[in-house]
Amino acid sequence: MSDVETMTGEWVARIEAARDLQSLELERVAALGKQGAITGLLKTLGGMTPEERQVEGPRIHSLRETVTEAIAARKSALETAELDRKLATETLDMSLPVSAGEQGSIHPVSQVMDELAEIFADLGFSVATGPEIEDDWHNFTALNIPESHPARAMHDTFYFGADKDGDGKRMLLRTHTSPVQIRAMQAQKPPLRIIAPGRTYRSDSDATHTPMFHQVEGLVIDRGIHLGHLKWTLETFLKAFFERDDIVLRLRPSYFPFTEPSAEVDVGYTIENGRRVVGGSDGWMEVLGSGMVHPRVLEACGLDPNEWQGFAFGSGIDRLAMLKYGMDDLRAFFDGDLRWLRHYGFSSLDVPTLSGGVGA
Amino acid sequence: MKFTLSWLKEHLETDASLEAIVDMLTCIGLEVEGVENPAEKLAPFVVAEVLTAEPHPQADKLQVLTVNTGDGEPVQVVCGAPNARAGLKGVFGGPGAYVPGSDLTLKVAAIRGVESRGMMCSVRELELGEEHDGIIELPADAPVGAGFAQWRGLDDPVIDVAVTPNRQDCMGVHGIARDLAAAGLGTLKAVNVKEIAGAFPCPIEIRTDDPEGCPAFYGRVIRGVKNGPSPDWLQQRLKAVGQRPISALVDMTNYIMLSYGRPLHVYDLAKLEGAIVARKAKDGETMLALNGKTYALDSSMTVIADDAGVHDIGGIMGGEDTGATEETTDVVIECAYFDPEGIARTGQKLALTSDARTRFERGVDPTFLEVGLQLATERALDLVGGEPSEIIRAGSPPAEQRIVEYRPQRCAELGGLDVPEERQKDILLSLGFEFEHGDPWKIDVPSWRRDVIGSADIVEEVIRIEGIDKVPSTPLPRAPGVAKPTATPEQLVERRVRRAAAERGLNEAVTWSFVSEAEAEPFGGSAWILDNPISEEMKAMRPSLLPGLLAAARRNIDRGAQSVRLFEVGRRYLGDREHPTIGLVLAGDRRARHWSTGKAEAFSAYDAKAEAMALLAAAGAPVDNLQALDGTAVYHPGRSARLCLGPRNALAEFGELHPATLKAFDLGVPVVAAEIYLDFIPLKRSGIGHMRAAYAPPPLQAVKRDFAFLLPTEARADTLLRAVRGADKQVIAGVSLFDVFTGQGVPEGRKSVAVEVVLQPGDKSFSHEELEAISSRIVAAAEKMGARLRD
Repeated sequence: MSDVETMTGEWVARIEAARDLQSLELERVAALGKQGAITGLLKTLGGMTPEERQVEGPRIHSLRETVTEAIAARKSALETAELDRKLATETLDMSLPVSAGEQGSIHPVSQVMDELAEIFADLGFSVATGPEIEDDWHNFTALNIPESHPARAMHDTFYFGADKDGDGKRMLLRTHTSPVQIRAMQAQKPPLRIIAPGRTYRSDSDATHTPMFHQVEGLVIDRGIHLGHLKWTLETFLKAFFERDDIVLRLRPSYFPFTEPSAEVDVGYTIENGRRVVGGSDGWMEVLGSGMVHPRVLEACGLDPNEWQGFAFGSGIDRLAMLKYGMDDLRAFFDGDLRWLRHYGFSSLDVPTLSGGVGA
Repeated sequence: MKFTLSWLKEHLETDASLEAIVDMLTCIGLEVEGVENPAEKLAPFVVAEVLTAEPHPQADKLQVLTVNTGDGEPVQVVCGAPNARAGLKGVFGGPGAYVPGSDLTLKVAAIRGVESRGMMCSVRELELGEEHDGIIELPADAPVGAGFAQWRGLDDPVIDVAVTPNRQDCMGVHGIARDLAAAGLGTLKAVNVKEIAGAFPCPIEIRTDDPEGCPAFYGRVIRGVKNGPSPDWLQQRLKAVGQRPISALVDMTNYIMLSYGRPLHVYDLAKLEGAIVARKAKDGETMLALNGKTYALDSSMTVIADDAGVHDIGGIMGGEDTGATEETTDVVIECAYFDPEGIARTGQKLALTSDARTRFERGVDPTFLEVGLQLATERALDLVGGEPSEIIRAGSPPAEQRIVEYRPQRCAELGGLDVPEERQKDILLSLGFEFEHGDPWKIDVPSWRRDVIGSADIVEEVIRIEGIDKVPSTPLPRAPGVAKPTATPEQLVERRVRRAAAERGLNEAVTWSFVSEAEAEPFGGSAWILDNPISEEMKAMRPSLLPGLLAAARRNIDRGAQSVRLFEVGRRYLGDREHPTIGLVLAGDRRARHWSTGKAEAFSAYDAKAEAMALLAAAGAPVDNLQALDGTAVYHPGRSARLCLGPRNALAEFGELHPATLKAFDLGVPVVAAEIYLDFIPLKRSGIGHMRAAYAPPPLQAVKRDFAFLLPTEARADTLLRAVRGADKQVIAGVSLFDVFTGQGVPEGRKSVAVEVVLQPGDKSFSHEELEAISSRIVAAAEKMGARLRD
């Protein structure tokens, strides 16, 4: 074995033995630095004969290359080890809990109103609104409930101080969403299809009644609209709302001053796990009041009953929400209890859509 | 309206089962609210006879009876009733029988050492009345062993129907029978009136001086009556439907009213002075009514009076002083017609309801006065005897004949059900309508159907009797293609802010629209105070959403909530109109105790601002142009602001609440809040179509420059930011504040505010001179706002 080959083995061994980057650097200087052993060997090439150089040149260069590679490899290994050591000191407990941000919620009444808007939009209905502080003409008189009508007394109306504007109109809190029918018919030429969800008020407070509650009104005015259209619309709506095909409706003749003929609408239910579930027909629950718009109401809005006719219906939004989502206490709707809001509320992303479903 | 099955069958010839009748009533619009058979709960009780009665060996007040229950061996019963004696016939319940009035189930028991195998019952124990002085005593001919309820005629189901306000005719059994007959459930029995001629002229003058309020007042006297309790059958019938028997004469009027929907009144002739007259009350007159209350009357009310005073609030309630009593020997029977609107007004004014008012205000049959009076006379003679006078007929009832023009096609056009003409005619005839044939039909509406005024009403009659369930569902015509969007810009804004708030971690509440006046006070008071609130807490329409949310926050904190983030989307009710608003409150911990710091973090006014800004942005408000002006008094004066577009146009307000507000709402933790006035936010102009502007990113990178200014401590940073932003609108692409500092190196009364300005070059880079010029403009603009570049 030549000297150069022996040297190669020795240098590689020394490099491998370097314990850290600093001692590796000392070895590099000793081997390849200006005064280094291998640098010295390279310098000897200049004093050699061409023949000697032809033999020794490649051997010395090979030595230098091997040593350079060994240093690079050792350096990388030492750096990796160094990083590993450093990282090992930086360990955190990744099982510690983190905050996912606060979870907000949408109130069931708002969610159901959005569901109603979505379903009825598909049937060509837009959403109309009106004031909650109404005058008695819109709330009663125009709806064929004259002052002495017994139905006025049955409405448990909240009134404000007598005749504020001196125009003979008494202001009150609307007892139903029906005055929006009047406002819609006055504002728009038929044909029209609207729903009007909103707050309504009656002076009534017990286990199942609150002085404020929510109703939705529906109104269709067109030519040739009849009771059969009303029936179909309510069936179609309830099937879409409850997302069940086994919805059964029962119409019962009834009386509302602003419709003629009038019908109350019951929906069939079954008992599942001790709770009433809409669908089937083991029993009946009243969910809607409805009828064909009374000719006097059309006249009050300036429409000719011989040309235009249509239907109207009304239902309790809170009640619809209870039937769909299973709340059993109406009063809790208006308490603002965070526990209840989180339990029955909806995610902001639960936007009702026809493709994704109107229930969440 | 309650009635019994046997009562119905006096007016309806039918074989239909109870179930069929009940189902049909609901189908034709007479909703059945309940059916109860009192015999069911009395089934275990039988007629029994006491054979022997011996003193109890251990107790003075008890007796030991042997009772024949008709079941073979006599039964031993221990009884405490003073009237228990041998030979008495009464009602027996054996072991296992449930006693409804005492809520107990009988069993064999030893009472003071003597075995007792059942019970002789009192009236109260069987819920037949209030008497409890002794056990029931039955007549000697009562058959021992017979079921008591059957023998007593209690096996008569009571049906309760909800009569809608338009159907006065069904506030009597006869009208209900007519509807059922029309629906095919039997034959209506005609009203059988006997003409009872008067034996002598009516001895009292009867007249009406108020032809508007009381157009007709019929009456007659019956003299020589013997009033007293009415017979069992009548008492039972009245009790079954919830009426209290009073005396034969009063019970008679109630019986006619319940049978025919025709109210009557009976006066004691001896207690009247002079003529009996229908007239308007005089202001200040009062009357003690049969319910024991005194009513103050006024000149809008129709009353019946004599020379001494008012004895009847016409058509609503009679007076205590002149009613028939056990001592009455001569009576006046009143059968009058009162104007429905007048009755309704008087009833509402006096807050007085009665069975008579319920019928008169709905409009009784104006042709039934003569018949009603004859029926009453016949029944009275039967019950209390006596001799009737001639009838006086003062005035005349409205005799309007109502003809409705009707085309039979209307049934299909409006009702959606094609009912053959002949069938329509049959239905209408059976309901008492009459016809004049032709095109259109001229339909004569019966006098008892005041509710039928037009062809829509006729359609309803046909449909409800034919069966509303037969109306076929008919799809609404649908516009071609995919449904068009319908939401208005305002509705879209409301939906967006609601979901944005929930997305930001707030919980939506719905609180009452009314608050107490005290709660409204700090928010400027309420413009709308209810006349008849349900309570003081729900009296004033809210001028702000915050009172309701603060009360909800307090309730949550009282329940132990550490952190409350509530919002509501609703209206504020101001003097001018209703304002759609979103309000929010943040109370308690912004962040619960966390291992990173070990401490909880409280909300600050800046959290309220962050929510307000985010929601304004969601609503499409121009958030960069808003000016922060001083907040209102409910807030901390130094930690609140109104966000305005111009000095008078606030879009929102936020801040930390004033300690006085917190105290008023009994809140012990700091609370920050915000309200956004949705209707003041300018609606974004809807663009033309969905196309966006062409995408053109700047070709050159932006340049950033930092400036530090000294400002008076009380100056608002946003004025500086807006001034800097406005210094060169061409090139300044953004201004952000990154440092606010007071203390070492900053003079007293000043603060250092550092901003980073982003300058966007156009198609060539800024030269040094250009940058210098822009910087000078920025500094000059800032100086106009009282700022000075920091050295």
